[in-house]
Amino acid sequence: MSTIEEAPRATAGVLPAEKKPSGRPAPLRKRFVGSGEKPGFLTYGLLLAFLVSSAYPLWWSAVIGSRSNEALGETWPPLLPGGNFWTNVGEVFDTIPFWLALGNSVLISSIITLSVVGFSTLAGYAFAKLRFKGRNGLMLMVVATMAIPTQLGIIPLFMVMRTLGWTGEIGAVVVPTLVTAFGVFFMRQYLVDVIPDELIESARMDGANMISTFWHVAMPAAKPAMAILGLFTFMTAWTDFLWPLLVLDAGNPTLQTALSQLQSARYVDYSVVLAGAVLATLPLLVLFALAGKQLISGIMQGAVKG
Amino acid sequence: MEGKSPMTTTVNRPAKTLAAIKPKPTFKQRLNVFDVKASPYLYIAPFFILFALVGLFPLVYTFVVSLFDWHLLKGQGDFVGLQNFTEVLQDRFFWNSLFNTVSIFLLSAIPQLAVALFLAAVLDQNLRAKTFWRMSVLLPYIVTPVAVAMIFTNMFGEQYGLINNVLGNFGLDPVMWKNETLPSHIAIATMVNWRWTGYNALILLAAMQAVPRDLYESAALDGAGALRRFFSITLPSIRPTMVFVVITSTIGGLQIFTEPRLFDPATAGGSQRQFQTTVLYLWEMAFQRQNFGKASTIAWLLFLIIVLFGVINYLISRRIATADAAKPTRSTRRARKRAERTTR
Repeated sequence: MSTIEEAPRATAGVLPAEKKPSGRPAPLRKRFVGSGEKPGFLTYGLLLAFLVSSAYPLWWSAVIGSRSNEALGETWPPLLPGGNFWTNVGEVFDTIPFWLALGNSVLISSIITLSVVGFSTLAGYAFAKLRFKGRNGLMLMVVATMAIPTQLGIIPLFMVMRTLGWTGEIGAVVVPTLVTAFGVFFMRQYLVDVIPDELIESARMDGANMISTFWHVAMPAAKPAMAILGLFTFMTAWTDFLWPLLVLDAGNPTLQTALSQLQSARYVDYSVVLAGAVLATLPLLVLFALAGKQLISGIMQGAVKG
Repeated sequence: MEGKSPMTTTVNRPAKTLAAIKPKPTFKQRLNVFDVKASPYLYIAPFFILFALVGLFPLVYTFVVSLFDWHLLKGQGDFVGLQNFTEVLQDRFFWNSLFNTVSIFLLSAIPQLAVALFLAAVLDQNLRAKTFWRMSVLLPYIVTPVAVAMIFTNMFGEQYGLINNVLGNFGLDPVMWKNETLPSHIAIATMVNWRWTGYNALILLAAMQAVPRDLYESAALDGAGALRRFFSITLPSIRPTMVFVVITSTIGGLQIFTEPRLFDPATAGGSQRQFQTTVLYLWEMAFQRQNFGKASTIAWLLFLIIVLFGVINYLISRRIATADAAKPTRSTRRARKRAERTTR
């Protein structure tokens, strides 16, 4: 009895849907799209609850940031923004060099991103597609260094920067993160499947030298992964706090170190602090609206590959 | 000029590039061999050179500094051997910072993994507006830790904080989020959890989507409910990804700095050091007490602890993996039995 029932089920996964031997399994197939039944109210209710908990702290900051300090004292938090946002923003501009900090952050994150993506693609391509002595050993080193918390080398790094006279300069923030082991690993994992060996061979047969093979064959194929790596490198550089705090001074900060000054002031006006937090988040919200999909697929791809 | 050459096109093509680079064929060949042999090393060189300079060297040199009396301003002093190590290991502030770090780490890692798993399972359905829901869980990730710390520090304010206000409305006493140890750890862990749960949920979701749907179908037909399917199929299948999530959050979590630093900017981790983490203590030692020697010792010890955690993680995950291979779980055994029956 059970044998008869199970026979078509075992084949269902092997055969394409339209080639099913009998009509019987077809409705089964339909019922089990996704991991289970059609999601109901409970599912969407849960997702809505998560949405609220994701968004509420931001919304609350925008509400308080557009009112005055007294709004914090109200026993039930106000739900709608007030009219004070621009006054608070003006206060932010008076307290910290906001535009300079924003410019610095954009510059630092862009240079780091270009460098990490460029060098990672170059090295990742070599590890994925070129044959050379010591390749496996060197790749193992890359993987091993991924797990090393290099941030803990900040003291010698700080001494070096001071000796070079770079403290206070943008370069001191940029230089320590010009390459990452993760970037090389990520590009290697991507390129190893994406470029067929024959494509490289035929480019070589056509007389292309190594670098132009890289440029004309590998780079176009690597573009999607480069975009994802770039997005994440940019985010990491943008959010970095400890290192810029050490090597930059209050007069020439990044956006993160400047923001922290709002919080550290002797008299803290919380509506100004929160207005600053909201203001600093706005550019990333725009980026998120534009590139959110890529960010998601990047996270999900990284999970499968890594 | 080249286009008018009388040769056939097939011969013409390589000749063209030959002529374009160098007229002497032997030299060209040698150049070509050199190109093939040297290029790979040239491509990986920038990474290795830069990494050695700004990653590896500072880390190794941290150990050298830790063997000296070394002052922030006065510079290198006497060689003291392992004295810094014995002193730091007897320093109760060091152990306090380690306790705080591990406590905050556990308070963030465990609930985060549990909620992320749940969230991933909720997202792993045939949803309408998939991208919208995925973006909504990822939203906190784009708020930088500094902004997160600023927002939540105000929410957890002891006098006028949002949370204590709301608690007061229900007749509850305000919680001393900053002055007491456990509440402060919970507050800081909340910042971490808020930012990272959705991110990790998406990683786990990706792993869940790679689980063959047929497994769920046959389990459902065998009468397994949604919960049973989750624990017997989903969890075992995504275990490698869970290990990945745990390892990355360990490396990050043990180096937490921004959140406790900004939770009370006037102190380095609370008036009684009740939420001073190890990196925060390192920072205090180096830049407030200006003792680079001891700060380097702390850095090096923390490095060893992180590596130790990594090795333990790795060993546990490997043991689980080999145990799986040796002793099949009930579901795989049943699947195999069924396969045998159908082939018969």
